[in-house]
Amino acid sequence: MNTGAQSSGSYPDIWRRFSPAESVVRTLWLMLIVFTAIWSLRNLDITWEYFLDAHIQAGDLLTRMFPPDWGHTGQILDPLLETIHIATLGTIVSFAIAIPLAFLSARNTTPNWLTWFIGRFFLVSSRSINTIVWALVFVAIFGPGAMAGIWAIAFRSIGFMGKLIAEAIEEVDEGTIEAIEATGASRLKVLLIGVLPQVMPVIYGTTIYRWDINIRESTVLGFVGAGGIGIELYSSINLFRWPEVAVMLIAVLLVVIVSEFVSATARQKIT
Amino acid sequence: MLKISDLVKEYPGGLRALDGISLTVSEPQVVAVIGSSGAGKSTLIRCINRLVEPTSGSVRLDGEELTTLSRRALRRARSHIGMIFQEYNLVERLTVMENVLSGRLGSVSLWQAFRRNYPSEDVSAAFELLDRVGLKGRHDDRADALSGGQRQRVGIARALMQKPKLLLVDEPTASLDPKTSRQIMRLIYELAHERGTPALVNIHDVALAQASADRVIALSDGTQVFDGTPEGLSPEVLNDIYGEEDWSATIRKVDDDDNGDENGDTEAPVEKSKPAPRDIVRNGAVAE
Amino acid sequence: MSPTPTTATTALDRTTWSRPPVFFTHPAARYGFWFALAAYLVWSTGTLNIDWARTAQGLPRAGDMLARMFPPDFSRSELLIKGVLESLQMAFAASFIGMILAITLGLAAASNLAPRPVYLVARSLIVLSRTFHEVIIAIFFVKIVGFGPLAGLLTLIVASVSFISKMIAEDIENMNMGQVEAVRATGASFPKLLLYAVQPQILPRYLGVCIYRLDANIRHSTVVGIVGAGGIGMTLSATFKRYDYDFSLAILLTIIALVFIGEVFSTWVRSRLR
Ligand SMILES: Nc1ncnc2c1ncn2[C@@H]1O[C@H](COP(=O)(O)OP(=O)(O)O)[C@@H](O)[C@H]1O
Ligand SMILES: [Mg+2]
Repeated sequence: MNTGAQSSGSYPDIWRRFSPAESVVRTLWLMLIVFTAIWSLRNLDITWEYFLDAHIQAGDLLTRMFPPDWGHTGQILDPLLETIHIATLGTIVSFAIAIPLAFLSARNTTPNWLTWFIGRFFLVSSRSINTIVWALVFVAIFGPGAMAGIWAIAFRSIGFMGKLIAEAIEEVDEGTIEAIEATGASRLKVLLIGVLPQVMPVIYGTTIYRWDINIRESTVLGFVGAGGIGIELYSSINLFRWPEVAVMLIAVLLVVIVSEFVSATARQKIT
Repeated sequence: MLKISDLVKEYPGGLRALDGISLTVSEPQVVAVIGSSGAGKSTLIRCINRLVEPTSGSVRLDGEELTTLSRRALRRARSHIGMIFQEYNLVERLTVMENVLSGRLGSVSLWQAFRRNYPSEDVSAAFELLDRVGLKGRHDDRADALSGGQRQRVGIARALMQKPKLLLVDEPTASLDPKTSRQIMRLIYELAHERGTPALVNIHDVALAQASADRVIALSDGTQVFDGTPEGLSPEVLNDIYGEEDWSATIRKVDDDDNGDENGDTEAPVEKSKPAPRDIVRNGAVAE
Repeated sequence: MSPTPTTATTALDRTTWSRPPVFFTHPAARYGFWFALAAYLVWSTGTLNIDWARTAQGLPRAGDMLARMFPPDFSRSELLIKGVLESLQMAFAASFIGMILAITLGLAAASNLAPRPVYLVARSLIVLSRTFHEVIIAIFFVKIVGFGPLAGLLTLIVASVSFISKMIAEDIENMNMGQVEAVRATGASFPKLLLYAVQPQILPRYLGVCIYRLDANIRHSTVVGIVGAGGIGMTLSATFKRYDYDFSLAILLTIIALVFIGEVFSTWVRSRLR
């Protein structure tokens, strides 16, 4: 019933997915990646013996955390609130700075190439430096505490928000801008009336999104003294008070998950 | 060859999509399964190779009971059952050749499959099939670069690569324009007969079913309401299947289609020398 | 945000303008929002422990700091290069190991391929590790394996695995199941199914995500050192403790350059993957 292939012998019986040249290129890429990884691993100054009993250490650490010291809950509420405040205030500050900077960095709204370059430079620098590095800087300036944290959050967020907002500005409908310019409106008015309302949804969306990232970031600011729950967490870890650490980790988990949920819901409402 | 008895499928939620279907296909013929949407056509086909698990009943292919096979044995059984889909279901980012060769996945090793290193007889069979379905020279194109009709031809080639004992075809033309639909149905008909492979073809276009099948089965609400020759589909029978309607236009269209088909090949030529399916059936040239 | 002047509104009415205000269309809602914002500012700044006297010194201190930062001191290049290299090596190795481990976790976290219990465990692992900041994870690894790059490497691996596997899982859940069904119908085993139906559908985005993650790992490798987990961050945090600001600036500029190059590279590769 099944005759299968009625082989006539006239069809090629070899087929390769890649030509020899393609195969060579693919192999070279693969080798490059693997060798980079091996080179990296070999050159890292790692004492692999520490790695061998890591699972024992980790298990030990976990068992020491239980049961969590629930009595500690009362003491972490204030730092937790501070963490949220730092994130929120930092986001508000960066909101205020990022918008003008975004207009400066968007090709279609920046006055000239120099202002564009300056705007871009600030945005890139802001994004390249991690929040916690910014915190090092601001602790040196303002001393330890929430103030340093707020500015650290703000300075890292400016670049993030500014970049996304500038991209939105560059996509703004040119027709609207020209129409308003035709009415003889000043440059500032054009920006405020023609451009700003069009990018407002992006601005709100970005701000809310960044806020929930900032909540997560502000949980570690305390490691360098910039306020929030991180201070207590860091000292409890260094004092090996693992049951307290457990409570704080659970608290952080809850706050981050709830803020992520709030942020996602709010953004869904906008779009 | 294929013997289905008392096949029942009850979906979670209690819907009986198949309510005791019995069906025997004992010769290499093209069996069209017609019925309105939701009648259970797809469920029937999928219960055979167990992409849908039947609730009860028996499916025997060349004497082997499929419904009770272990996972491993089921994979082996599936490798001998070709399937063709409405949406073609080619792996779009793979080349035409990889798609066709994937019909051999049941018989090559994992390493061979990974290296695309198929036995030479499989490769030449694949080239031959691509030629046969009218896609000579397209083997290195990506599947998503093809038109709908061309994709379905690749789908057919993939199914035939399996050297199937049975072809399961689920609405092969529902996403195609009328002319391409006829070409595809004719291709399926010809190949099924060339290779002596019985085919179960779901199709909701009555005219097309009549024009390109040896036998027609009709389902309605999970039960079989007709089993006979295409000629037996009288308006009265169609009323039973689909409900009251004026069928004269539909049935007459069959002849129009047939005549128009002779010079209707535009997309990719199928060998012209072959007689049209209906003629084959009428002459009894390949019956048995 | 700003109340629109009426004159301009009429001007707008005559143009192609179409988008209505998105938020706070009602004036009461708008004023309510500003009031709530003001109330929040008063409340939060009141609650925070801010040493206003110390804050007031901020500006002169910042000036002093800037003065000390310039010119940046690149003379200790050996230390700088060693730190940067260590960060880069951590990032490369972690990305590579992460992209391999993530395949398994990603498959396990895809609801349409993995059995329910496996799926739930995998998803919880991903959520758990994504919730905690890298620096928190880093300090735990420091406690477990001691100071140095091993802790940083493990941190970056965890972060990479959870990120990449989340993306893989989403891609798998969104893939075309018809193609999977077709390959399954040929009698292919599960590994062959992965090779022929799943991998082709997710590979381009998977590679894109991995490259993006390499870029992210370069950025993060510069900070895990702050809690002692190796890399240039360790050097950087030491310079701040020693008020060695000109070296700090040199390090910061190097990090900016590094991150910039990483980002350009990642964007370039990802655009070529399309
Ligand atoms: N996965 C499923 N779960 C529940 N019900 C289904 C499922 N698939 C199909 N059905 C139902 O089974 C019946 C038959 O469906 P199907 O076999 O697809 O019909 P046809 O292919 O003839 O259009 C329909 O009522 C359909 O709603
Ligand atoms: Mg169907």
